Amino acid sequence: MRELRIHGRGGQGSVTAAELIATAAFKSKVFSQAFPAFGVERRGAPVQAFVRFDDKKIRLRSQIYEPDYIIVQDSTLIKDVDVFAGLKEGGIAIINTEKDIPGIPEGIRLVKIDATKIALEILGLPIENTTLMGAFAAATGEIGMDAIKEALRERFPANLAEKNIKAAEAAYDKVKGGI
Amino acid sequence: MLQITEGSHAVAEAVRLCRPQVVSAYPITPQTHIVERLAEMVADGDLDGEYICVESEFSALSSCLGASAAGSRVYSATTSQGLAFMAEVVFNVAGMRQPIIMTIANRAMGAPLNIWNDQQDSLFLRDSGWMQFYAEDAQEATDLHFIAYKVAEKHDILLPAFVCFDGFILSHTFEPVDIPTQEEIDAYLPAFNPLQRLDAKKPMSFGMYATPDYYQEFRYEINAAMVRAKKAIREAGGEFAEKFGRDYSGLVEGYRLEDADTAIVAMGSVCGTIKDAVDEMRDAGEKVGLLKIRCFRPFPADEVKEALRGVSNVAVLEKNINIGSRMLGAVGLEVKDAVYKSGTPVYSYVGGLGGRDIRKKDIKMITEWAKQGRNDCFFGLREELLE
Repeated sequence: MRELRIHGRGGQGSVTAAELIATAAFKSKVFSQAFPAFGVERRGAPVQAFVRFDDKKIRLRSQIYEPDYIIVQDSTLIKDVDVFAGLKEGGIAIINTEKDIPGIPEGIRLVKIDATKIALEILGLPIENTTLMGAFAAATGEIGMDAIKEALRERFPANLAEKNIKAAEAAYDKVKGGI
Repeated sequence: MLQITEGSHAVAEAVRLCRPQVVSAYPITPQTHIVERLAEMVADGDLDGEYICVESEFSALSSCLGASAAGSRVYSATTSQGLAFMAEVVFNVAGMRQPIIMTIANRAMGAPLNIWNDQQDSLFLRDSGWMQFYAEDAQEATDLHFIAYKVAEKHDILLPAFVCFDGFILSHTFEPVDIPTQEEIDAYLPAFNPLQRLDAKKPMSFGMYATPDYYQEFRYEINAAMVRAKKAIREAGGEFAEKFGRDYSGLVEGYRLEDADTAIVAMGSVCGTIKDAVDEMRDAGEKVGLLKIRCFRPFPADEVKEALRGVSNVAVLEKNINIGSRMLGAVGLEVKDAVYKSGTPVYSYVGGLGGRDIRKKDIKMITEWAKQGRNDCFFGLREELLE
């Protein structure tokens, strides 16, 4: 089983991202489970959402303490929240920033991407969740772009879905190009 | 069709497939997503029933009671404080023998105010005359609604039922669920055929005064119907298994109990975590299994006794506290009674209250405690907060 923890702020669509990633995994015939950190719904406050992936039915219901992957939607969270807590050795951290980040733990793979810039260019809004899905797909291989497209088209009206697909693709290409 | 969806939306879809003619509910966390979705379905014409908006849970279940007495198939949903507010009507529904199905998105009772999961809410209405089912995952929560209506509406049962699923842990989690088609459910669950109903042409009263000369027989009859419900649940679960391939013919379900020395007994979503912990303990050579209780009312004492035959000790994981009783949890009390003659020790270990997370390591710890014969106690307590 692999586990993902998403850090964001209320209003950034962390829970939606978790649901979309789980949906994309489901479309790829992988068992998945997505859930929020229960009860935290205030706009701007630090929030978390979680996804599990497995090749068999997922029964585990506890929260996620030792993720294989983290996504950080807002790098200003890093000074307030220990976003790296429990991240496994060899784990992947996908962070929305182009700045240097102090205090990166040893033995993890850091993937930096300026998702805000991509989102502003393509969506015209600083909503980075779908962009970061593309980066997650490229960095981890847990989900593919085709499955992301399917999940986004199912969730959003056509026009919005295509824009978000474009943003996810841009991040996907950028991360793939960087490896 | 297998799809990935939120637990609450799977339940709303199950309710739609049951074709309720009247839905009345008052939104309360973590039940809200179910009733929001049902209100949308009614507004969009996807559910051919009436959604009665009310100002409180008391009115919600009162509306349901009237609609059911008038001969409609009726649905509601609530949790915690909302259920407490309904309590008077909860007893009335059972007393008037109306087969209403209500989803409980299990949540802790205040005070202190807490919106997170445990099972104290439904368990405090243990003696109300409602059947009580507990779901392990979104699939089971979905399927139990079909089975609950089927059993509740049988003329020799006519009892209401709670379908309980853990708030947030199941209600707010996205996971794969196989949702049956309308044709499949129509073939399994025929339209409600009330035994008697309010009818101006044939006047009849429900819930009238019963003096000491009559009251006791009403209570006797409710209990007799509850006892009969065990067989009806097995049959309805068995028929469901034949049609849909998912077997709910047992009121309990064993997991790796064969040759087990220690059995863990639990209800609801924590059974999934326990199964993973049992697999790990089995891999380490420990003889451990799980007995999941799917139906708490009627309580399947005979099945529990049979399933636990031969085990040396029993750890009951309780998401409730039986305050003031010698046995710490309400489930343990029933289990202990079921195996009483065997002399097998049964311990209640209380935890996960108010949403405190339960991890595999907690399961392993209480298993060890049961082996050591540790008496009833809490697990996961923050000792530093206690004086």
